Amino acid sequence: MADNLASSFAIQRRVLGALLMREILTRYGRHNIGFLWLFVEPMLFTLGVTALWSLVQADKFSSLPIVAFALTGYSSVLLWRSMPGRCLSAIGPNLSLLYHRNVRVIDLFIARILLEAAGTTMSLVALSLLFIGFEAMGPPEDVLKVVEAWLLLGWFGAGLGLAIGSLAYDNELIDKIWHPMSYILFPLSGAAFLVSAVPAEAREILLLFPMVHGVEMLREGWFGSAITAYYDVGYMAAVNAGLLLFGLLRLRAIADKVRPQ
Amino acid sequence: MIRMKGVCKAYATSQGPHHVLRGVDFTVAPGEVVGILGRNGAGKSTMIRILSGAEFPDTGTIERHMSVSWPLAFAGAFQGALTGLDNLRFICRVYGIDYRTRLHYVEDFAELGKFLREPVHTYSSGMRARLAFALSMAVDFDCFLVDEVVAVGDSRFRQRCQVELFEKRRDRAKILVSHDPNFLLQHSSRMVLLTGGQLLSFGNNADALDYYHAQQQEPAAAFD
Repeated sequence: MADNLASSFAIQRRVLGALLMREILTRYGRHNIGFLWLFVEPMLFTLGVTALWSLVQADKFSSLPIVAFALTGYSSVLLWRSMPGRCLSAIGPNLSLLYHRNVRVIDLFIARILLEAAGTTMSLVALSLLFIGFEAMGPPEDVLKVVEAWLLLGWFGAGLGLAIGSLAYDNELIDKIWHPMSYILFPLSGAAFLVSAVPAEAREILLLFPMVHGVEMLREGWFGSAITAYYDVGYMAAVNAGLLLFGLLRLRAIADKVRPQ
Repeated sequence: MIRMKGVCKAYATSQGPHHVLRGVDFTVAPGEVVGILGRNGAGKSTMIRILSGAEFPDTGTIERHMSVSWPLAFAGAFQGALTGLDNLRFICRVYGIDYRTRLHYVEDFAELGKFLREPVHTYSSGMRARLAFALSMAVDFDCFLVDEVVAVGDSRFRQRCQVELFEKRRDRAKILVSHDPNFLLQHSSRMVLLTGGQLLSFGNNADALDYYHAQQQEPAAAFD
């Protein structure tokens, strides 16, 4: 039994490793900087948004340094938004690989989710070090809380990715709905505001969006007592667990219908 | 040993379920070469996919007590956007093999030259078939599933496939599927007929052929 489990684990690791390489190669290729695009791409996005927000003086609404505000906000958006985006088409291009018995539909999703998590995390770390090094912003006050918040946001993205991706397999409407939905969710996700800065009546509604809790927690970890954060880890964890469970059940239902080609 | 028991498989269509396999029992012993004869649409490829483990039966069981290849088919179990070499690397990673130990063999057999380092979707169908075959020979299996692959390609390719599969690997079990009885007669020690979702065994190959030829006179019944 222990042998069985150990060998299953070894196979799982090999399959995920192979799929990760396969994804990196087709997405970034071997041209110019190759796999570095994995985190340079989200870095460019974040840099652009940071520059834009600095220009329009978005920080006149708060006393927080705009660079740190933009970095924490936009990195969070990239983390939870990129996973569902990549999961939408996880199955189609990989159908032929499913001929290999140990490559299962769920592996295709896990590989894409891991890759997005790695890329956006490396982008956040690299930009943080860069900005802190050039004294464009201060280091986080509570690194552990930042890490916890990041994990919660990643969990949300992974659950949403599985749910959206498995729904999209036999329903092309999902693909069409997700893109406008992700744009509409962006301004509501807490990236561009602090909950404490909005009128009290609006807070309750905004706090229905689970990612708002993650961003608030992340910023509390970063800015400490300089802000008043509004979040409920229990609420966000419950939503995350629900999404993940739904995604896994849905995946199990479609896995049997997916035919290798 | 591979043992299938009471395997049923249906696919959903817009007009309700289409039953492909209706209770198939099938056993293959180590080293045995079995030919599965069936007309187009009889369910041969479904049978092979279930044997390989790429798909699961709706009901019934399948046991594998030897390592079984993926279906060796002309289209190949590889990703079109990757190069031939990257596909070799992928497969070697999945099966836990160092690709460098197989590179020479694949270069030699597939005869792709510089195209081994180009995306597979730029290949001609003959090149794809050669790569597919070379990749599946790069992994050492106890039992090979062969889905018509040897029937495609030019005579040189067919000749080399025969050598690899039936001479160099003559001690390995093989399950061959085809609609061409001559190919099966030439290579298999036992022939079974897949028809109406069931597998029929005959006392000898001549009876199986008689039945098959009689059936050929009827129009195809892909949907029932």
